[in-house]
Amino acid sequence: MQIKPILSALRHHKAGTFLIALQMALTLAIVCNALFIIHERIEHLSRPTGIEESNLLMIDNHWVGKKDDDYSPAKTDLVALRQIPGVVDAYSSNAYPLIGGGWASGVRKDPAAVEQVGVTAVYFVDEHALSVLGVKLVAGRNFRPDEIGEMRQNGNPDAPIIIITKALADKAFPNGSALGKPLYLGTRGGRPSTVIGVIERLQAPSPSPGEDARSQYSTLVPWLIGGDSNNFIVRTRPGQLDAVVKAAPAALNTISRLRVIPDGGVRTFADVRKEAYKSDRGMVELMSVVCVVLLAITAAGIVGLTSFWVGQRRKQIGVRRALGATKNDILSYFLTENFLISFGGVVVGTLLAVGLNLWMMAQFEMNRLSTGYVLSGVVALLLLGQAAVLAPAMRASRVPPVEATRTV
Amino acid sequence: MFAYYFQLGLRSLHRNPVLTALMVMAIGFGVAASMTIWSVFRATSGNPIPQKSSTLFIAQVDNYGKDGNDEGEPLPWMTYTDAMALQHAHQAKRQTALYSLASSVIPADPQLLPFPARGYGAFGDFFPMFDVPFLFGSGWSAAEDEARASVVVIGRELNDKIFGGANSVGREINLDGVSYRIVGVTDRWEVKPRFFDLDIKGGFGVAGQIYLPFNRAMDLKKKPVGATICNRNVGTDWDSFLHSECVWLSFWAELPTAAQAANYRQYLHGYAAEQQRAGRFGWAPNVRLRDVMQWLSYRHVVPKEARISLLIAISFLLICLVNTAGLLLAKFMRRAPEIGVRRALGASKQTIYAQFLIEAGTVGLAGAALGLLLTALGMLYVDRVFDSSIAKLAHIDVSLVGLTIAVSILSTLLAAFYPTWRAAQVQPAWQLKSN
Repeated sequence: MQIKPILSALRHHKAGTFLIALQMALTLAIVCNALFIIHERIEHLSRPTGIEESNLLMIDNHWVGKKDDDYSPAKTDLVALRQIPGVVDAYSSNAYPLIGGGWASGVRKDPAAVEQVGVTAVYFVDEHALSVLGVKLVAGRNFRPDEIGEMRQNGNPDAPIIIITKALADKAFPNGSALGKPLYLGTRGGRPSTVIGVIERLQAPSPSPGEDARSQYSTLVPWLIGGDSNNFIVRTRPGQLDAVVKAAPAALNTISRLRVIPDGGVRTFADVRKEAYKSDRGMVELMSVVCVVLLAITAAGIVGLTSFWVGQRRKQIGVRRALGATKNDILSYFLTENFLISFGGVVVGTLLAVGLNLWMMAQFEMNRLSTGYVLSGVVALLLLGQAAVLAPAMRASRVPPVEATRTV
Repeated sequence: MFAYYFQLGLRSLHRNPVLTALMVMAIGFGVAASMTIWSVFRATSGNPIPQKSSTLFIAQVDNYGKDGNDEGEPLPWMTYTDAMALQHAHQAKRQTALYSLASSVIPADPQLLPFPARGYGAFGDFFPMFDVPFLFGSGWSAAEDEARASVVVIGRELNDKIFGGANSVGREINLDGVSYRIVGVTDRWEVKPRFFDLDIKGGFGVAGQIYLPFNRAMDLKKKPVGATICNRNVGTDWDSFLHSECVWLSFWAELPTAAQAANYRQYLHGYAAEQQRAGRFGWAPNVRLRDVMQWLSYRHVVPKEARISLLIAISFLLICLVNTAGLLLAKFMRRAPEIGVRRALGASKQTIYAQFLIEAGTVGLAGAALGLLLTALGMLYVDRVFDSSIAKLAHIDVSLVGLTIAVSILSTLLAAFYPTWRAAQVQPAWQLKSN
């Protein structure tokens, strides 16, 4: 293929060439970054919580006029909840995965040190939590009923014993088992908490972005919570979820009407997950639509402009055909021409894509665009260009040699 | 002439319906994407209190130093100790410590279930400072603040719910088993974003319906429902919580002139220096005083999704314009012979400019119509990406319609500028000769 005549022909269509290349470049920059946003969001929303999510019910409960240090209402309520037909088990806690907010606490190996091992989510639970959530204990043991203490208001969550996630255990004790070792939760100078169990996975309450491991730093503290609000987490038998959704608040209101369960305060875990990742899913949809429409418009633009060029050059094509060029020569002429323009476009586009990503990294705490995305974007756009130019190029190749003798 | 060129434009667009449809769709999609996202951006980036935003300031004092502050920035909240010191110093025209609390309203009728109500603990200055509109009554006085009076201001929605909208000033309301005398009912007060209440749904949630005197709320140990950050040991009871280094309060001051703001900044600095001398802070004074818009920008009130989407949408529009420019170029240059004839018959370059820009404007107008339609469609999907409290704020109004039309036409004209210039450069002699 001779590239030189194509380049010199393009010199006569500077503006059109420039516009197609520019459009290619911008499209590549946006599509790469949009695909990368999609990738990041999907990765975020498909993070496992570590719990068995089906047949799980969450109740947001507030007692009215309850004393902070009165721990009996939760116990009474739990007895009633566990007796509802269809309920397997239940426990009371300050939070659960994906609820948002929650209690976070620093973790130290040395109580006097300034630096921390990390920040852990703190779940106040009793001995029922592991079975209700369906989390797997990979080492050690569960809490015993006689080990459940009472939370001190606004204090450190420094219970004598704790259960931690494997992610936190690996981070704190990279070279050995965490079992039996002390950790220090909360502010400096707190009391030691001995790790008695390690669970496989349990996500923090807040589905915040960031690395996966850090969202898995969670600690179970065997304390009943004080204060006047809590969450009941209820596991139901399969198929009984809908019935319990109605029965549970009714049972609680029978015990005491001096409580508030707000509208939308009774949610299945499926609802919780849906709400927590709503904006992630929305961004995935939005970016997908943008990518598809953008690629379609760019392809249509190439078809339009190339068709015009073919129309403009019918006479020259006829001359070439008359001088012995084959249909394939004409076809490959236009394909090569498009490839050259596209190639220029994607080179500039790659720079733009990386630049845009760097800017977004600074502005929106995004990660670095992986090379794979840029490369597949480049390949996709080059193919798109070739596909778009195919129809006009075919039309050009069918221009008969006799065209050379006609005047327009 | 305009009407004639407009007709010529229509006829020309009619001649290549596919090309025309392509351009109209590119403009329509590009404009609609930008406008839909813009409506969200506009709703979240607005000035909630334009008449006062430059005279209301929120103060921060770094009480943790480098092993507890946010990379050198003081945390966005304040301790009880510092807020009370600033409150009592009374160095501003008006000032209030402020925090978010939650209560349960216990209806007088025992048949009815209690229901939750969110609210604020504040000093009486809150109401005149933030221009709170009143339906009945008013806020409470400084004397009532001092007397730790059991009074309350409630919101219009709550008043409608329990008093059927009647003037309830002077009546009693039971919150968490404690009775309060209502002194005022605020009218609907839609400040968005709620700059003094950003911890709840980023300032876009439902407005609190209860305003309690701060001192009274402290007596009743009303816990904060926003963020509470404790980087130092805290005792276990309410009193030690109050006097701990936990940050959980906002402190707002009204400083009507730049000189007063400068003085207050000086005062804050002095206060922190004093704490350093007293041995409480082991670091140099690190204080901030931000007005409303600075505060909103510092706290990133505009959701990240809105900012990213706007960037992508505007780039999308830009690509659509490049696309349209290319297609217009093809379309106009194809008519070089026609232009040559017109020029040879005496048409000036200006006339060519007018003819082709009007033709492009017609495309822009059609794009605007499609864009409006798609924007309206996009509005239905806004709540798929954004929190419903924010999606609710995005709506089509006259200014958005105007902007959509203006952006469509102007951007198409911009895209048409180069193709039109090329059309006007057509040499009549060359065209006539080659034919």
